[in-house]
Amino acid sequence: MAASSVNPGSAATGLSNAAISATGLVKWFGQGEARTLAVREVSMEANFGEMLYIVGPSGSGKTTLLSVLSGILRPDAGSVTVEGSDIWKLSSDKLADFRLHKIGFVFQDYHLFPRLTTAENVAIPLILKRVSWSDAIQEAKKYLEVVGLRTRADLPPVKLSGGEQQRVAIARAIAGKPDILIMDEPTASLDGDTGHAIVSFVKQNVLNDKRCILIVTHDSRIYGLATRILKMEDGRLVSIEKGDVS
Amino acid sequence: MRGILKLAYKLLVNDKAKFTALLVGITFAVFLMVAMTSLFAGVLYRASATVINLGASVWIMDPSVQTVANTIGIPDYVLDAVRSMQGVNYAVPVYTGGALVKRSDGFYQAVNVVGLDDTSLFGRPQLLNGKIEDIYAENGFLVVKDTEFSKLNNPAVGTEFELNDHRGVVVGIAKVASSGLFGVPTLYTTYYRALQYIPNPRFTISYVLVEPKSPADVAKIKKQAQALGYLALTKDEFMTKISDFYMFQTGLGMNLLIMTIMSFIVGLSISGQTFYTFVLENLEKFGALKAIGSKSRELIATILFQASFTALTGYGLGVGLCAGTIALAKMRLPDYAAMIMFWNLALAFGMVVVIAAVSGYFGVRKVLQIEPFDIFRG
Repeated sequence: MAASSVNPGSAATGLSNAAISATGLVKWFGQGEARTLAVREVSMEANFGEMLYIVGPSGSGKTTLLSVLSGILRPDAGSVTVEGSDIWKLSSDKLADFRLHKIGFVFQDYHLFPRLTTAENVAIPLILKRVSWSDAIQEAKKYLEVVGLRTRADLPPVKLSGGEQQRVAIARAIAGKPDILIMDEPTASLDGDTGHAIVSFVKQNVLNDKRCILIVTHDSRIYGLATRILKMEDGRLVSIEKGDVS
Repeated sequence: MRGILKLAYKLLVNDKAKFTALLVGITFAVFLMVAMTSLFAGVLYRASATVINLGASVWIMDPSVQTVANTIGIPDYVLDAVRSMQGVNYAVPVYTGGALVKRSDGFYQAVNVVGLDDTSLFGRPQLLNGKIEDIYAENGFLVVKDTEFSKLNNPAVGTEFELNDHRGVVVGIAKVASSGLFGVPTLYTTYYRALQYIPNPRFTISYVLVEPKSPADVAKIKKQAQALGYLALTKDEFMTKISDFYMFQTGLGMNLLIMTIMSFIVGLSISGQTFYTFVLENLEKFGALKAIGSKSRELIATILFQASFTALTGYGLGVGLCAGTIALAKMRLPDYAAMIMFWNLALAFGMVVVIAAVSGYFGVRKVLQIEPFDIFRG
């Protein structure tokens, strides 16, 4: 199926409450003969209340697409609309504000600060939002409670297991109360059971009607937890699946 | 911004190994810079000891004089001429020169002899023991109780010695503001006794010390002295001239400059390299911060705060360490000449600011270059 002919949004789901929509996204990497088209004319929507997976083989462009959608990689063409505005028309400061207030990131390698405590790591988005240090730490502890790590608040992340670090990263991502949660390969560093448990946890505790979760993965063991799945190949969105696909 | 700076602080100090390495680098560099320059300041101050201790406002000398110890005799008529100059309140002669004292134990000791104007005793030191009028008594000398005092076997009032086969008697123990540079004890006596005891060339006045009627008269006195073929300098100008001599004509200044630059380079290398490594190690984390929503200016503030905090802490430790070392050294070595002055501190501070700025610049450049997408891509 050609990417441009797919309309993987409201038409596919029957929903109209788009958290984020993209139209005609194109992204090139490199120059000259080495120039590669990473994302080809991709249009899609992600809606509030859904856990949307972007799946596909390595190098298919799913991380690039996620980066463009989340406002950290400028596309060569196309637009990304959130709340009626094209985020790529925002100034760099406004774009940073957009990420801070609207997006929560869970990175593949967590990227927790090893020299800070778990609570301090979770408090980072709040501190960037100018919440006072003590209030931010108190608030962070509440989110650690949500992910079941309240007792680990004063430990550095290196003292935690991989699954626990992932949950700290989730707590940090949701501490800023984002509308859109972005998770990049959330199960890549975890064993099968822990990975499944983490994503189940996110679906049950983090997903709600006012939030959308975008997950990039190629871990078929967690496909069953998705509300909807977009499949990418060679930079194209080739199919839209719902539920358990492989 | 306060929260972000606290975050920056914690990221810095919680990395104990790097933070310690940074502090050691800057502390060591500041210690070296302050130690070098304060030693030089001490040497320069002591080189002007006679000028400081005699305290005259204006000094008239031969234009070829380079330091206070390098006296060139002035004929007596110059003293009379100066006394008759417009704007001169009074003028007195002073003699300064070196001599050998034979102590009561038979050993010889080099001394510096200052001959004060017989009438006024202008420039006399403060007495700790004895009476000033006894300086007029037969063979009377005052001995300065400074770090060199013990070289005369800790004399007391009444102690006798020989100076050029003349009998000398200690009639007073005095104290002065500054000890001399060359590590010899200082004796004070009257101008004419100094001339009698120490062999001299034809012209015997070392300097004419002048007290102007008002500060405004100094310029007039300078002009009149110049017309006579002599040089009139204020106390500060004379001290500057002496400092300039040691700084530019003895190699001392160049050596100091080289050592200070080396200290700066050592500090810059250690701190710059360590700070840059610190930034590199945290680069992904800074990228993650950027992705989360940190603005460039917040990241710049973070890096500059970390660089400045390290630099200022290292500066404080370096100055403290240097001050402590100098204090300890002076307890063991009374002749140790180092003096920490404002300009030493300002110079070291300026260099530390440069170290912080250079380290911060490279850190900021690297952090601004990192793309959040690189963090995603892994």
